[in-house]
Amino acid sequence: MSQSPDLTYVKQILENYKNKSGALIPVLQKIQDHYTYIPEEAVDLIAEALNIPPSEIYGVITFYAQFYTRPQGKYTIRLCRGTACHVKGSKSILENIERKLGIKEGETTQDGLYTLRTVACLGACAVAPVMMINDDYYGELTAEKVDKIFTNMATGETRESQVEK
Amino acid sequence: MKLNSIQDLEALRQKICKGYDPQQKRIRICMTGCLAHGADKVRDALADELKKQGLEQKVELIETGCFGFCAKAPVVAIDPDDIFYQQVQPEDAAEIISETIIEGKIIDRLTYLDKQSGQRLPYSRDIPFYKKQVKHVLSRCGRIDPKRIDHYLLYDGYKALIKVLTSLSPEEVIDIIKKSALRGRGGGGFQTGLKWEFCRSAPGEPKYLVCNADEGDPGAFMDRGLLEGDPHSVLEGMLIGAYAIGAKYGYIYVRAEYPLAIKHLKIALADLESLGLLGDRILGTDFSFHLQIKEGAGAFVCGEETALMASIEGRRGMPRPRPPFPAIKGLWGNPTNINNVETFGNVPLIILQGSEEYSRLGTEKSKGTKIFALAGRINNTGLVEIPMGTRLREIIFDIGGGPPKGRKFKAVQLGGPSGGCIPEEHLDVPIDYDSLISLGAIMGSGGMIVMDAANCMVDVARFFLEFIQNESCGKCIPCRIGTKRMLEIVTRITEGKGEESDLELLQELAEGIKATSLCGLGQTAPNPVLSTLRYFADEYRAHILEKRCPAHCCIALIKFEVDVDLCKRCGLCKKVCPTGAVSWMPKTAASIDKSLCIKCKTCIENCPAQAII
Repeated sequence: MSQSPDLTYVKQILENYKNKSGALIPVLQKIQDHYTYIPEEAVDLIAEALNIPPSEIYGVITFYAQFYTRPQGKYTIRLCRGTACHVKGSKSILENIERKLGIKEGETTQDGLYTLRTVACLGACAVAPVMMINDDYYGELTAEKVDKIFTNMATGETRESQVEK
Repeated sequence: MKLNSIQDLEALRQKICKGYDPQQKRIRICMTGCLAHGADKVRDALADELKKQGLEQKVELIETGCFGFCAKAPVVAIDPDDIFYQQVQPEDAAEIISETIIEGKIIDRLTYLDKQSGQRLPYSRDIPFYKKQVKHVLSRCGRIDPKRIDHYLLYDGYKALIKVLTSLSPEEVIDIIKKSALRGRGGGGFQTGLKWEFCRSAPGEPKYLVCNADEGDPGAFMDRGLLEGDPHSVLEGMLIGAYAIGAKYGYIYVRAEYPLAIKHLKIALADLESLGLLGDRILGTDFSFHLQIKEGAGAFVCGEETALMASIEGRRGMPRPRPPFPAIKGLWGNPTNINNVETFGNVPLIILQGSEEYSRLGTEKSKGTKIFALAGRINNTGLVEIPMGTRLREIIFDIGGGPPKGRKFKAVQLGGPSGGCIPEEHLDVPIDYDSLISLGAIMGSGGMIVMDAANCMVDVARFFLEFIQNESCGKCIPCRIGTKRMLEIVTRITEGKGEESDLELLQELAEGIKATSLCGLGQTAPNPVLSTLRYFADEYRAHILEKRCPAHCCIALIKFEVDVDLCKRCGLCKKVCPTGAVSWMPKTAASIDKSLCIKCKTCIENCPAQAII
């Protein structure tokens, strides 16, 4: 079991959002940004501060794709599964990455390095098929290119050497 | 510096205009969509080079929004001549500065090559992709730095707001919008002026104005382009809308997947606030409007207006029945008006041009221009703006350059999961809201995905059903369970386990779901199936009766064997196979070892002869 996280940040955020209408989602977003997920311990604090039952908070957390209840990997891969990416073979790319990392969509590798997610659409359709690794975009993916990206990442190369056409 | 009056704003504009020399050399580089191709490195290289050659004071380097021609990313333009350089790499920077900026010479290899004439076309205005477009809403996109309000002011920014505040009553503004016949660009196509009128006359204070920037349709990136490239035009439209309906508070609901749009909006809002163009007593008038950004949290259904409002209020984004419509009972029970990004982008234009001039473009019932996002299997992917009434064929072939590698066009998908696929024989229909509906598609927000012979239409229908299943909020049964059943049936068909009676069953389910779902998401969810059944029933039958996928797309129906008669013996399949499953020797047909094959289809994608069956 993992240690319970330091909740100082949660308390700080809640202080700023007390008595504000429509605060729940922005609060969750801030917490998620900080911890990479919504810690269970945070939910009770939120419930108390915003006067919302924990059940309702869980309802919101599980409704939106952006909120996670478990810690995320160091690198979050967001593979676009929009229409443009689909007609350009993103499904094969997904299967390829799943094989490579040995995890399925939505899972995190054992070493905590990679989390693989799909998103409905990244809105970068012009360079489909496309994925993001953390904040960087990788467009016009092919099996070969994906191989290269992961090999480079494993050897610690930064994105600089990977921008390609 | 706070502007206390309209005169103050005009004085500021004059100062900006005075300091602007149109003949100065400027380099514009797209720092939005082109980032996926490393535009940041190109920008850095250009900046370094300018510094090195001592030109940083003389040549302005402008980080702009999208030029539209995403297929040629990263793109760079050089003013005042509007020279267009494509696929620019950091290594090209030195040459661009020393040759083009200093010597005034054009670097041939960076210019657009027109395949038909074999000519190099160095100026944007001559490139076929731009020639047929009419950039009205996108006129500033790719020209100005979206992070700089002075750039927006230079190009007539906030002039429409001034006109409204100085010479028009709210009713007159609504009247102009009504006369322009502007229809909602988010997909529904409802008359914007009427919507404003409903909200203005609804009892209850305060009123709210919302911009729906939850562009969730997969394959659509028009709103992203506009928000990233010219956020002030949308904000100006919102200010005018707020004045017209009497709204005091507003929200822009932006999807979380658009971090750059959010960043640019935040900068724009901060500038407006510090200049006194947002907040209490704007420019010293009696008009007050407060605006904030709400970031979405990843739910497609939040594009639906009642779900969007629930999300703003901090709840699960689930739709509710209408009526009451948001104009009567919206955010926190108060009258609320919701328009899409591009709709607001049209508003300042209409106010400045007048409704008559504005509605000269377009068809009888659809006026003005529409922005489309071209993507999928098409050469010139990107953002295009065309007058309503342009034919699909012109967009896909004249502007878009048709499918790549000379492949045959099969269909174009419009309107995302609510829309439909239109086949070749209907490409000559002039585009407007009504013509597309009659073809079984919808205008939608403007995503246009081109498919070619290698795309299976049953697989496309399955893709959309899977999408809807993921995104259905689960509140109403037809959408939650009905689309699940449809997905199961279509999946079965793609696996070669379909039965003839499935087609009838699909049709029946589709009609039931359309008629009984709670919100637009469910009511339109069967459209992709219905439109593919309408135009591509033979593909469904090939899957069901012959257990064959004509496009060689559905994995369960591919044998992963080489047809030796079709095989060109080129060996490309061996080269691209990631597992070494293909054996090939020069001048002999390839063969596939099925025990090694992982069915990734890389060979099929690359085979020039469609010989892998």
